[in-house]
Amino acid sequence: MGLSPVLWQFLVHWLHASALFPAEASGIAPYVDALYFFLVAMTIFGTTFVAILLLVFSVRYRREKNPVATQIEGSTLLEATWTIIPLAIFLVTFVWGALLYFRIYDPPTNAMNIYIVGKQWMWKAEHPGGQHEINALHVPTGKPIQLTMISQDVFHSFSIPDFRIKREVIPGRYSTVWFEATQVGTYHLFCTQYCGTQHSGMIGEVTVMTPGDYKKWLEQSNSGQSLAQNGERLFASMGCNSCHNGTAAARGPSLAGVYGSKLTLTDGRQILVDDAYLRNAILNPSEHVTAGFAPIMPTYQGQISEDGLIDLVEFIKNMQSNYRVQQTLVTATSGEAAPTTPSEGTTETVKP
Amino acid sequence: MSAAIGNTIVSLPDQSTAQIPKRNYINNEHGLLSWLLTGDHKRIAILYLISITFFFFIGGAFAGLIRLELLTPQPDLVAADTYNKFFTMHGIIMVFLFLVPSVPATLGNFLIPIMLGAKDLAFPKINLLSWYLYLVGGGLTLGALVLGGVDTGWTFTTPLSTHYLNTHVITAATAIFIAGFSSIFTGLNFIVTIHRMRCPGMTWFRMPLFVWSHYAASLLMVLGTPVLAITLVLVALERLFGIGVFDPAKGGDPLLFQHLFWFYSHPAVYIMILPGMGVISEVISTFSRKRVFGYTAVAFSSVAIALFGFFVWEHHMFIMGVSNYSALVFSLLTMLVAVPSAIKIFNWAFTLQKGSITFETPMLYAFGFMGLFTIGGLTGVFLGSLGMDIHLTETYFIVAHFHFVMVGGMLMAFLAGVHFWWPKMTGRMYPESLSKLAAVTTFIGFNLTFLPQFILGYLGMPRRYHAYPPEFQVLNVLSTAGATVLGVGYMLPMLYLAWSLKYGAIAGNNPWQATGLEWQIQSPPLTENFIEIPIMDHEAYDYEWLENKTKNEVTTVG
Amino acid sequence: MDSALATTDHADVHAEHDHVALPQHRHHFETEEQQREAGSFGMWLFLLTEIMFFGGLFFAYLLYRNWYYPAFAAASNQLSVPLGAFNTVVLISSGFCMAVGVWAAEMRRKSLLVLMLVLTTFFGLIFLGVKYDEYHEKYELHHIPGDSFNISMFTNPAGYGIKEEPLAPDMAQKTQIFFFLYFAMTGMHAVHMIIGIVLLFWLTWRAHRGDFSSGYVAPIENFGLYWHFVDIVWLFLFPLLYLINRHPLH
Repeated sequence: MGLSPVLWQFLVHWLHASALFPAEASGIAPYVDALYFFLVAMTIFGTTFVAILLLVFSVRYRREKNPVATQIEGSTLLEATWTIIPLAIFLVTFVWGALLYFRIYDPPTNAMNIYIVGKQWMWKAEHPGGQHEINALHVPTGKPIQLTMISQDVFHSFSIPDFRIKREVIPGRYSTVWFEATQVGTYHLFCTQYCGTQHSGMIGEVTVMTPGDYKKWLEQSNSGQSLAQNGERLFASMGCNSCHNGTAAARGPSLAGVYGSKLTLTDGRQILVDDAYLRNAILNPSEHVTAGFAPIMPTYQGQISEDGLIDLVEFIKNMQSNYRVQQTLVTATSGEAAPTTPSEGTTETVKP
Repeated sequence: MSAAIGNTIVSLPDQSTAQIPKRNYINNEHGLLSWLLTGDHKRIAILYLISITFFFFIGGAFAGLIRLELLTPQPDLVAADTYNKFFTMHGIIMVFLFLVPSVPATLGNFLIPIMLGAKDLAFPKINLLSWYLYLVGGGLTLGALVLGGVDTGWTFTTPLSTHYLNTHVITAATAIFIAGFSSIFTGLNFIVTIHRMRCPGMTWFRMPLFVWSHYAASLLMVLGTPVLAITLVLVALERLFGIGVFDPAKGGDPLLFQHLFWFYSHPAVYIMILPGMGVISEVISTFSRKRVFGYTAVAFSSVAIALFGFFVWEHHMFIMGVSNYSALVFSLLTMLVAVPSAIKIFNWAFTLQKGSITFETPMLYAFGFMGLFTIGGLTGVFLGSLGMDIHLTETYFIVAHFHFVMVGGMLMAFLAGVHFWWPKMTGRMYPESLSKLAAVTTFIGFNLTFLPQFILGYLGMPRRYHAYPPEFQVLNVLSTAGATVLGVGYMLPMLYLAWSLKYGAIAGNNPWQATGLEWQIQSPPLTENFIEIPIMDHEAYDYEWLENKTKNEVTTVG
Repeated sequence: MDSALATTDHADVHAEHDHVALPQHRHHFETEEQQREAGSFGMWLFLLTEIMFFGGLFFAYLLYRNWYYPAFAAASNQLSVPLGAFNTVVLISSGFCMAVGVWAAEMRRKSLLVLMLVLTTFFGLIFLGVKYDEYHEKYELHHIPGDSFNISMFTNPAGYGIKEEPLAPDMAQKTQIFFFLYFAMTGMHAVHMIIGIVLLFWLTWRAHRGDFSSGYVAPIENFGLYWHFVDIVWLFLFPLLYLINRHPLH
């Protein structure tokens, strides 16, 4: 063809590197693709059908062939047909899409939780074991993983195209999404909600490993402190333990085993304790006063970062008894004798 | 353009004797002031046509710059914040200064009074005021641009737009606020005119479908736009005083902004497309010499779209953590709103059946519209389907989808309409073969630009990205190549239409042998449209009536 | 309607001041009736637009009131019900004068019309004066949302001599949202009042000139609709903002 070999090589390389469909790297991907192919087929069919109608009519009834038009008012039967058939197809799409939506956004109960914090312009991932990552996420295959995500500033959106998942990461509230990676490899991670100047730089890499490799990776990247341990330290240093310690005289409710239970609030509402509830109760305590307690807890809005909140939530989540809290309390009250232990716990003034 | 073969319906007066009528709305008064202070709906339409064309090419220039930057994966043409300003200006200009006023303010303004047999819109001064508001809005937008631009995206997402950017957000918001009132006044004028100014005999079901679709769009303008206005006021106040009604750190709810914004901005999509659908109804009927198949269904589907259009806004927020059950409801309603559009497409297609079809430029654009709008509409179903939306939203898929509807649909319809009514507006024909070339070029260029973006979107390329992973380059290069072709396709009409103002063939009253009232008067029309108010004694699109009328004219003249 | 030609007035648009049968009849309307109907229909539509405009604010109000009821109640208690009630009466009087004015215009009583328009303006100005006083008080109390907003009155009401339950600080912060909505809503309303009063000056001048003494009352009628709409908005704002936590029986 006279094409220069360099250009040819370039073209081949270029076309080789591009694809028509993303990799199917998660458990959900084949389901999404199935719906996608159905919809693509519907679109191609619909467009072709309209195109054929236009073409056939244009040829058969062009002016040269049919100089005089026959006036037709309409046809209720025909119109009903093309109301009902598209409606039926759209309703099938609706049901199919809705089932898929619930599948993507309702995590299984045994999912492993990883926290994601978005900020301009980076992703922070925090594994329960305390492993921190920036613009990267390591996950094992074959295990459902739930991401609990929050933004520190503006709207972001967490998207892994090869997993077919995406969820808005919103300031001020947790959002969740889950997936189960099936293919070992590295995949793109994008922020898809416009978030300011470096929006297109808010990208990262998701590394999917075999469970064995993942275990190794976890050990290598261990920071020495799990999220819950960080949370425990915060719990003491912010003075949470002075009220939430499970003793008889405690001014706040005991938090041991509270996660996942149903709480009754002073206004009579029954509420399920989940991550979002815990976070809210720390920042806006007066809206979430447990029945039988006075609304005396101060707000921690502006005093604690989203990462700190995640640590606290993770700590409270895993708190089975008040034993260790009471231990910190004992050492704190006898602070004079043991200067090495943090004593801020008791200095926190509780406003009336 | 010979009529001998019978493949055209164009019938022009004898060019050697024909001339533009001595008295018409263009030469009725002279001087710039007579234009700037006019109350004549036709002159205001021309003013609008000039100004929206100006903004269309500015918006288009930004589109070109965006495509140029995306030619390579690296961020090499401009800096990230400049790129962000590009797509923001492209969005704001195209949505608020081109698409929303495009057909209604130009063709609608020009034609609705004539189609109803009225001498003007109900409130000529308000009509002029709305053009000035449009200009102020446009001027402020350009002001924001010149002062350094704005980079919120046209969606003004909070808290990004309120607390995290240092660009001219308030100027841009004010511009949109003011342009919004221009659109409210246009809609208000149309509704009152349609209700109160119809000529004797012009019942609701004798109105052309063009008027019906404008009626539906006007309802949306009047009811939707004020919500956008107040939302932008809140954004501006929040920026000025730092109060935080949308800021979660202060107890505000950023999702409230999304709800309020999309409560307007989803109906806005129908404000943009409905008038275009009206154009298509007129064009298809005229060039197939047939009444629109199922007139009532098409008329009511416009109103149904307007009605349902108000209850689907949350489908822009499916991934934003709205309740799963409310998402279900909105997804279902979204599916329902797709049905009237499907009805329209099939009704238009069946209008061709047993017609006597010719293929002048407006018809080619209308065919383009039907093909592209079908794709645009059906890909909308992807996004309305909850599970599919998760993967596709905020990617190039959605960019491609709304460009298919807005550019492939609306812009095609706009060009169809401009070509169709050009002889009526100016009294002269455009050059036919060149314009056919432009129509085909636009169609090819459009598909080349936006079809690859569907694939890009499914691959996961996010929208509003300044740089992207290298494996997306092939498709982006295709898209940029298509945009170049598309650019040529849009430049052509501007050039030859300008040319035709002086050199085009004299069109005569009714070059297309169309039935609408506007074709029964001289071109260009008189300032008062009708010497005496017509009496409508036949249905819309009644070609037999037209035939009888022509016969009678011949006999009386002969 | 076959005598279309006869009724069509070919007079130039700008010939408004020729004192022919009806100088204000615009050339493009078939009949005066049509012109009048179109005018009032247009006004109604515009008011519909206005409802949607305020609707956005009411929606925000309902959402946050639902979320932060204690803050809204406490902040609402800081608004002066007597002043609000006084303003309600003032505004209703103003609306009454406007209605009488419309009647006077229809009866072609020029001096009564002028008097009523002046009274309407007068009551409108009183309303704005009282509103200014209320705003000023909020300014002194640092209840204007923004950087200088002060919540101490809500966290420690006893310190201000107010018999109220103190709010927790996190809830007290939310009073800022109440005050923002209060200023946005009443401010938007006040802007409508100011526009209305400017129009009233113009109408009064025209009425004085005798423009509305010959049966041409459309501007007065349409302005009346606008003015009543502004009144009605206040009739919603007053209970929502001032009265939400009043329990007269307690």
